Amino acid sequence: MPDLPVDAWVERAVQFLLDNFSGVFDVASTLILQLVNASYFVLIRPHPLVLLACFTALAWAATRRWQPALITCLGLLLIQSMAMWAETMQTLAVVIVAAVVALVVGIPVGIAAARSPRLSVAVRPVLDFMQTLPVFVYLLPAVFFFGIGVVPGVVATTVFAIPPAVRLTELGIRQVDSEVIEAAQAFGSRSRQILRDVQLPLAMPTIMAGVNQVIMMALSMVVIAGMVGGGGLGAVVVEAVTRLDIGRGFEGGLSVVILAIYLDRVSAAFGERQGRSRRLRTRPTSGTVPTLGEGPLEPLAR
Amino acid sequence: MIEASHLSKVYGLPPNRALPLLTDDRRHEAVRQAGGFLGADDVSLRVQRGELFVIMGLSGSGKSTVLRMINRLVEPTGGRLIIDGRDVLAMAEDDLRELRNRRISMVFQHFALFPHRTIRENAAYGLKVRGVPAKERLERADWALRRVGLGDRGDTRPDALSGGMKQRVGLARALATDADILLMDEPFSALDPLIKREMQELLLTLQAEDQRTIVFVTHDLNEAMRIGHRIMVMKDGRVVQCGSGQEILASPADDYVSDFVADVDRSRVLTAASVLRPPLLTARLADSPEDVLRRLGAAEMNGLFVLDELGCLLGVARDDLLADAVRNGEEDLRNCLVQEYETVPVDRPLIEFCHLAGRHTVPIAAVDEDGRLLGVVPRAAILSSLASPKKVTAHA
Ligand SMILES: Nc1ncnc2c1ncn2[C@@H]1O[C@H](COP(=O)(O)OP(=O)(O)O)[C@@H](O)[C@H]1O
Ligand SMILES: [Mg+2]
Repeated sequence: MPDLPVDAWVERAVQFLLDNFSGVFDVASTLILQLVNASYFVLIRPHPLVLLACFTALAWAATRRWQPALITCLGLLLIQSMAMWAETMQTLAVVIVAAVVALVVGIPVGIAAARSPRLSVAVRPVLDFMQTLPVFVYLLPAVFFFGIGVVPGVVATTVFAIPPAVRLTELGIRQVDSEVIEAAQAFGSRSRQILRDVQLPLAMPTIMAGVNQVIMMALSMVVIAGMVGGGGLGAVVVEAVTRLDIGRGFEGGLSVVILAIYLDRVSAAFGERQGRSRRLRTRPTSGTVPTLGEGPLEPLAR
Repeated sequence: MIEASHLSKVYGLPPNRALPLLTDDRRHEAVRQAGGFLGADDVSLRVQRGELFVIMGLSGSGKSTVLRMINRLVEPTGGRLIIDGRDVLAMAEDDLRELRNRRISMVFQHFALFPHRTIRENAAYGLKVRGVPAKERLERADWALRRVGLGDRGDTRPDALSGGMKQRVGLARALATDADILLMDEPFSALDPLIKREMQELLLTLQAEDQRTIVFVTHDLNEAMRIGHRIMVMKDGRVVQCGSGQEILASPADDYVSDFVADVDRSRVLTAASVLRPPLLTARLADSPEDVLRRLGAAEMNGLFVLDELGCLLGVARDDLLADAVRNGEEDLRNCLVQEYETVPVDRPLIEFCHLAGRHTVPIAAVDEDGRLLGVVPRAAILSSLASPKKVTAHA
């Protein structure tokens, strides 16, 4: 077997990017930092109890049931009384920025892939690669490009969260009954009109399932990002682990769990309401929607 | 109106590779070996304005392919397509969309309604694409829904409707754009028999009101016979026969067609005209009873039709009455006439009058509107025409 110096190639590529595109990375870094700071500012500015009321109301608006709202209220009160509020909001800010960026990138790519079989074939291995590469492996280059701090965490989180956005958008659009698309064509629609009037509305429940997955992926990643100075709950957990402070670690972990349950239930409920109001008979396959047991928290165990 | 000549469709191969293969005599195999599939093979058809033209064949015979080539939902690999003198295959994107939006509308087998829109919005879809203002297009949609009997359901969603109702919406969507060509791909195949019948009636009613040019795909010959002016039978992408229902029933082109025909409820399709025979004997009122009685005896018959100068039926002369007249020395048939016979119009289906056969001494008389005798329908002729055509071919 020839001895391929893959490691040397990668290092050279990273070095090349650093030498030639450091300006780009600086700009991106500043931009991301501003975004995270802005959303953190919005989250931390109001009194915790005000925000708590908002989150509770949102839970009720999404599910229209009082139990989730009550659990939200109690959970967030627990976070507040464990003195984890600021850290939780930092984490939430990172999740929001990463999820939004992942969706802004992922949904258009998913749409394009659904309309072009070639692109779909080309994109699939890239997505597999992004999802299966151990997260630490691309956390490292992210640190190289963006330095220690919150930015490499956001970048790594975004990269990790893009695949479900692409996959479920593509799946949702492909699932639309081809006869319905033909009907739109037969009445003279342009492909843009078909996308807007037919494909996207009918794919919406599946796309919302993708949004749910993106958020959960981002949350699972954000804790790991604590290792490279990402702050928030990740930092709490990492610090507690290095100091063998079991109590503090548990508090951090518990806060992550509460946040995860909240984000999962609320985003899933919004997706379901979409599906119901569209009166679709086909629900997105439940296999693709992570439950708390497996999907989102699993990377913590790695 | 619609003139298609030598249309072919090769699936799964780029046109530049597919076209040379089409000149091959064994093109089905040639295309398959190249990795494609010949969905439609040299199909030519001509549909007149106002005609209801039916494409029929088993599943996979290429009916949908041919239908979709007419509005280029399926892009033909070769051939020509002219609609109202315009070359459709040469049209640019914009013209084609215009053609689809204004001239041709389509109804689908599984209804293909937009589940996220109300019935009214569904019906208005074509006009929305055309850019008609909301108020106007929704009014037009309501008009179309009223025509299909759904005037009061505009605000419901498709999922709340039964299959038959859904297809009514499909029809309304097609009517609303005022297109004069209607393509229908097995529109009633997914419906229960009774509903199917109802929908066929609805289509025929609508068609009687404004004569659209309709191309109707079905795999059900009974349906084809019921609604179609002309029927094109397809097999493996080829046209095997094209003609009126009666023609196809009377002389199926090959075993494939006669297998189809075997399933048909022939009594609904065949009319008096298709089993008509010329009367063996007729008489005039002025004929002498003695002469008529002798001719009757020679033909071994018990009665005959008596006609006036124009060929209209006056009545039946029965042999026993003729014998009485001869005995009384009468000069004409005036006193031998009885009104013991049945008449039917020539276009009446057999099912509606076959029970009348054999009631009287004379066969059933087929007449035109003025009461002129066109021919007779003996019981034996009805029975033999209802028998399967396969037996007929076996004898031949
Ligand atoms: N997009 C396609 N790609 C490849 N083969 C196709 C495609 N559409 C139809 N076919 C094939 O062409 C044949 C004719 O199909 P179709 O016109 O739908 O038949 P029908 O409507 O009579 O059932 C079938 O054997 C089908 O498998
Ligand atoms: Mg078909």
